[in-house]
Amino acid sequence: MAALLEVRDLHVAYGQIDAVRGVSFDVDAGQVVALIGSNGAGKTTTLRTLSGLQRASGGEVRLDGDRIDRLAAHEIVARGVAHAPEGRRLFPRMTIRENLDLGAYRRRDSEVEADVAMVYDLFPILAERRAQAAGTLSGGEQQMLAIGRALMSRPRLLMLDEPSMGLSPLVMRTIFSTLSELKTRGTTLLLVEQNAQAALGLADSGHVLETGRIVLSGTGADLLRDEGVRKAYLGED
Amino acid sequence: MRQFVQQLVNGTVLGATYGLIALGYTMVYGIIQLINFAHGEIFMVGAFGGLTVYRYWLPESLAGNVWVALPAVLIVAIAVSVGTAVLMERLAYRPLRNAPRLAPLITAIGVSIFLQEAVRLFYPGGKRQQPFPQLISSGTFDVAGVTVAWVSVFVVVVAVALMVALQVFVKKTKTGKAMRATSQDPESAKLMGIDINRVIVVTFVLGAALAAVAGVMQGMRFAQIDFRIGFLSGLKAFTAAVLGGIGNITGAVLGGFLLGIVEALATQYVPQGSSWKDVWAFIVLIAVLVVRPGGLLGERVATRA
Ligand SMILES: Nc1ncnc2c1ncn2[C@@H]1O[C@H](COP(=O)(O)OP(=O)(O)OP(=O)(O)O)[C@@H](O)[C@H]1O
Ligand SMILES: [Mg+2]
Repeated sequence: MAALLEVRDLHVAYGQIDAVRGVSFDVDAGQVVALIGSNGAGKTTTLRTLSGLQRASGGEVRLDGDRIDRLAAHEIVARGVAHAPEGRRLFPRMTIRENLDLGAYRRRDSEVEADVAMVYDLFPILAERRAQAAGTLSGGEQQMLAIGRALMSRPRLLMLDEPSMGLSPLVMRTIFSTLSELKTRGTTLLLVEQNAQAALGLADSGHVLETGRIVLSGTGADLLRDEGVRKAYLGED
Repeated sequence: MRQFVQQLVNGTVLGATYGLIALGYTMVYGIIQLINFAHGEIFMVGAFGGLTVYRYWLPESLAGNVWVALPAVLIVAIAVSVGTAVLMERLAYRPLRNAPRLAPLITAIGVSIFLQEAVRLFYPGGKRQQPFPQLISSGTFDVAGVTVAWVSVFVVVVAVALMVALQVFVKKTKTGKAMRATSQDPESAKLMGIDINRVIVVTFVLGAALAAVAGVMQGMRFAQIDFRIGFLSGLKAFTAAVLGGIGNITGAVLGGFLLGIVEALATQYVPQGSSWKDVWAFIVLIAVLVVRPGGLLGERVATRA
């Protein structure tokens, strides 16, 4: 069976700058895949291209075997890909509840309410603050809302861009324990992280990106043991 | 005192029209950060659309019946303004969505001149003032010595009703929420599955419909229209939008009424005030912006690259 997401020889350029140069990987349904790499490696660019915010200059992206690399972002969401972007990008002057409702924008079914309850269950602090403007939340709460909002579309693939960015170790652990909870529920995750330790600990497989290319791939456990990875991303020498 | 109240009433009526037009400026700016200088002309073509139905299409026997003539004039005015606005967005602005900001701005000025000239050259008698029908009773009534025209009551009631309806639409409906989301972060809105092109079109449609109603009101109050009415009314409505805080819907309404009232009072109480009639709006604008650069209800001005 084909993978849920297939990325083949993806190229993305900003004018003259080639930010992604021939990236290929798969994400199987129910798996957690981590993309790690240092600043400017092209992780964000890759996710933005997968969700249609950026155009690929070459290569293919398939979801369930269908090409999605020419679709507009809103059509890709409709096919079941959610993206919690770098920097969270909440709607700051709307309430938590309104942000969650917007996450469910494409849905016509009657279970939206149940999913709001599910998100509140996952992040009880959001329930307490439901009528508060998103822009007034702390960084950690904003990240929780960004994840919750992305979940509201009931995605088949959830892409997260640096959910641990700028968070204290304690809040980061909360976020990652939620991600591992999502994993046990069978959610398919594509996780971009600078925090390689946490990401690889969670991931079934991982890829190391350097200047727009995948330089190393393996299971999460393999990569965690890899000498090069330990040196470059886990601060060991 | 009676004079004062009289001018307050006059100013409220004036402000209702400014407010209706200002909403179109502020909504479009809120969504795509474009100052749509052609919006005054959307108001103007609406008035001409209304005039057309009355003059050429309504059978004589129905033209005097307010329950037929008024809705017919309003509906056609709205259709003409909305149609023009949708074409303008599609043909002139959308291709420039990712261009440097100056390009759509200059295009807007071009569209504005284009529409003025189109009406001047091609509307029958368009070079001259056109008489506009009264539609509803030209009568007035007195309350405590203050004279109020029935047209004024109509103008204020309809304008306020539309403003309230717009607020409810933007706050409560799914499309309204999509509009707010797009104005706060268009890219993030796309990630929610919002088709922002559609949201942008809806924004132009709403602004144009309100401007069309304002155009008919203006025609009814002054009993004549010409191809230039969009310029001054548009400029003052734009001023109202900036005064209230551009991008802010409540601000546009507030700014509209405030400007109307200031203009009416200044005309009455400042010596020679009426010959300076069209200047007060800008004096108020400057005074407010010195103290609050973002406008009355505006955010602090964010500098965007
Ligand atoms: N809008 C843009 N215009 C031009 N160049 C860009 C743009 N966005 C990213 N780049 C460049 O593309 C490369 C990849 O950037 P990207 O944001 O994808 O990296 P990243 O791996 O997400 O880095 P970080 O870990 O710092 O978030 C960088 O060299 C960056 O400077
Ligand atoms: Mg990044």
